[in-house]
Amino acid sequence: MTEPLLEVHDLVKHFPVKSGLLIDREVDAVRAVDGVDLAVGAGETVGLVGESGCGKSTLCRTALRLIEPTSGSIRFEGRELAGLRTRELRPLRPRMQMIFQDPYASLNPRKRIGQIVGAPLRLHGIASGSTLRREVQELLDRVGLSPEHYNRFPHEFSGGQRQRIGIARALATKPKLIFADEPVSALDVSIQAQIINLLADLQSEFGLSYVFVAHDIGIVRHVSERIAVMHEGKIVEEGATDQICEWPSHPYTKELIAAVPIPDPRETRERRGGAAA
Amino acid sequence: MSGANLLELRDLEVSFNTEDGVVTAVDGVTIDLPPGEVLAIVGESGSGKSVTGLSLMGLTRGPNATISGTARFEGSELIAASEEELRRIRGDRISMIFQDPMSSLDPVYRVADQIVEQIRAHRDVGAAEARARAIELLDAVGIPDAAGRADSYPHEFSGGMRQRAMIAMALSLEPSLLIADEPTTALDVTIQAQIIALLRQLNRERDLSIVLITHDIGVVAEIADRIAVMYAGRVVEQGSLDEVFYDPQHPYTWGLLGSVTRIDRPRPKRLPQIPGMPPSLLDPPAGCHLRPRCPHAFGRCSEVPALAARLPESPGHLDRCWLTVEQKRSLREVDGRIELRARERTA
Repeated sequence: MTEPLLEVHDLVKHFPVKSGLLIDREVDAVRAVDGVDLAVGAGETVGLVGESGCGKSTLCRTALRLIEPTSGSIRFEGRELAGLRTRELRPLRPRMQMIFQDPYASLNPRKRIGQIVGAPLRLHGIASGSTLRREVQELLDRVGLSPEHYNRFPHEFSGGQRQRIGIARALATKPKLIFADEPVSALDVSIQAQIINLLADLQSEFGLSYVFVAHDIGIVRHVSERIAVMHEGKIVEEGATDQICEWPSHPYTKELIAAVPIPDPRETRERRGGAAA
Repeated sequence: MSGANLLELRDLEVSFNTEDGVVTAVDGVTIDLPPGEVLAIVGESGSGKSVTGLSLMGLTRGPNATISGTARFEGSELIAASEEELRRIRGDRISMIFQDPMSSLDPVYRVADQIVEQIRAHRDVGAAEARARAIELLDAVGIPDAAGRADSYPHEFSGGMRQRAMIAMALSLEPSLLIADEPTTALDVTIQAQIIALLRQLNRERDLSIVLITHDIGVVAEIADRIAVMYAGRVVEQGSLDEVFYDPQHPYTWGLLGSVTRIDRPRPKRLPQIPGMPPSLLDPPAGCHLRPRCPHAFGRCSEVPALAARLPESPGHLDRCWLTVEQKRSLREVDGRIELRARERTA
């Protein structure tokens, strides 16, 4: 088997809890990510599922080195990221991008769409001037927005459209890997489907890999080839999607699956009847 | 039928003057709720479902709001009621819980004190008695060690416990109607399941009628007796749970049912999606509001269809669509999802 695109090994991120009046002493640590192994192959989608506070987002941010890991290894395209200096990381940054949950908070309200989507291209010196404008307009078109949106501001867009802007920004540097952190949970159901289908199209078009983070295992199941279930900073179960959803072995995974409401009243009554008997 | 219902909402219309113009958030909503039932109002953001709930409580009144219509509830008329009258009804006969249990509890008061305050605002009972009642309620909604936790502050509670505390407060005066506005949206799935089970239990054991406002059709299937589907300020379909799930008449309902992922079914290649996006309520399309997004729209859709019973066999099943019943049943089959799912079920 070839080496995976991203391989995280024994990754740990502890946030210190400090106490003391004059001298801060570290009294404890929040074990947000507590020894996680995770591999993502090229073109693959790995779903990361767990409840709020389980460490999903911290894992993404640490793997991207947006925050410093306490210990552990992050190999991306065969290179060790842990321990790299900021300057050394910079050329790798365009290869890994992130899409955020809240499309209202993740776009600068004072910048025009063109500036927002073009920022990564400008910062990494990939394009400038009229090339940049053309590339941004192509990106907008690709994510289902109109090139005329170039000069608009984020507040002129709906939640779903904003998420498309965030996706265009993540795509700008032609990454290989995108961490999508709850990309649809702030959106309405009918819009969720549009964004999920868009992500799937982009994946086959550009050969992207995704780490798809969500608290809803129903959505994760739909998009992922493999699922990792996270609980209290640890991956408690990992495997092929159908394996995890049909034969979950960890009690927490079972609980997550059982909690997903089934939009089918007859089935719900049957399940309830069965539980009562 | 009149008089048999706990709540009869007729032609509710709520509009707000905004800087950009008049927004008609609720455009003629008519809903009946028989006593002891759970009615789910389902819709996306901006469909008017929350404004409908808030208007029942008189919470949308203000200098910029224009509200018309009637809401009969236990012999009172809520829309025209005076503030004084509403104050007696609110919290006492109708209570409400909200999406975000953190911002609906006062962070500087202890949980039990907030419940005590509500009880004593409406009833002439002593502090000790009210406190005992508060603890009893916290216990009834499943707060472990209720007596010990009663003096906690809201920040010491988890999200699920806060929502339980909100429910305890809502129940404190034994209302006959609870309006629950997205009560589980801010919660994790496992906690959501617990809260839904609790609401269901309260509905069954205390005969509490519930108006559940939600965007989640899965939650609806778990608890509702009746559904009203709202789109862009209007109820587009209304009926019993089974009528709406298994014989949906409005194309928007088809889209809503179709775009839900199901964990107990094989994964479709692509998620069915509703094209486009909801209209701006500043300038909604003429006629049926779904028209620009509806693949089945035809000439007549430029007129607003009435919310009417179109199925002779189910007089309680109403919809707002000009297509004939035969057209609907065949179109949603070609459209695939709903009928397809229903057929798979039997296997």
